[in-house]
Amino acid sequence: METIKIQGTEDTPKIILDADNEIMEIAGRSLPEDVASFYEPVLTWLSEYEKNPNKKTVVNFKLTYFNTASSKILLDILMKLEEMYENGNDVLIRWHYPEDDEDMEEAGEEYSDIVDVPFEQVAYSG
Amino acid sequence: MDNKKDVKGFLEFVYEFYKSMKAHEITLVYEGEITHQITKAFTSLTESNMAKDDESGSVQRKVFHVMVECLQNISKHADDFTSQNYLFSGRGIFLVSKGDNEYSVTTGNAVENDRIEELTDILETINRMDKEELKQLYKKQMKEGRLSEKGGAGLGFIDIKRKTGKELEYHFLPISDDTSFFLLTSTIPREFK
Repeated sequence: METIKIQGTEDTPKIILDADNEIMEIAGRSLPEDVASFYEPVLTWLSEYEKNPNKKTVVNFKLTYFNTASSKILLDILMKLEEMYENGNDVLIRWHYPEDDEDMEEAGEEYSDIVDVPFEQVAYSG
Repeated sequence: MDNKKDVKGFLEFVYEFYKSMKAHEITLVYEGEITHQITKAFTSLTESNMAKDDESGSVQRKVFHVMVECLQNISKHADDFTSQNYLFSGRGIFLVSKGDNEYSVTTGNAVENDRIEELTDILETINRMDKEELKQLYKKQMKEGRLSEKGGAGLGFIDIKRKTGKELEYHFLPISDDTSFFLLTSTIPREFK
């Protein structure tokens, strides 16, 4: 399967979707000028991946900031993963947040309330 | 001679303007089109100023959040006279002030008068809500609200109130028979170190 690697910038996150090496990560800041078109390749990739997923799918979210427009699309991504989980696949979301960032921790909790998929909160320092 | 007088008058105005900015502790003021580039420039400028002032991480993050949402409220609705959006011009005034106890972020832009009632309803509803209610509303909007063509999801005001814990102060001033100037100010308390 094709790999997606997008470098992070000051307003868009780093994205790695690499099925062969089992690395899936969205990290950094998310306030793209056009959220829908920025995340469109991610959703397309997941739809493709869903047809023939790895034995275990771990997706790491390590965001330091996202705006409200991004929050809606992140939910769309999580709901795609929920769909995979409901179809009997082994899926785990790891939500990383800076240990002093309560808002980011709470955002993770909220997402885990909304979607029914194994969800792990991971605090990191610095 | 006349021209010289005009210039002098203008420069005196600039000095008055400067003094008035200082008196109101305004650190950033802008009038014009609000674009993504402007949003990036202002947030990064304010961020580096806050870092220089050793502002806590939490205050820095909250100010960043509020600035982005306020600026995007205006920029997302550029040229939107006919759509269902509340704010139509894409231009406006934006200012940030820093007092001893709080930062405030203020925007002003033109809105069509027939949006005032709706905007007031939304802001009043959000202002009345407590933390838990806001959380539920945010989740509901995220699930049910669709992104508008320009990327707005109706979440901005809710997010500002949640992040600041303060009511959104607003005011409408008449511009013409059809339009008003919509002013909105959000305050972010500075923590005591």
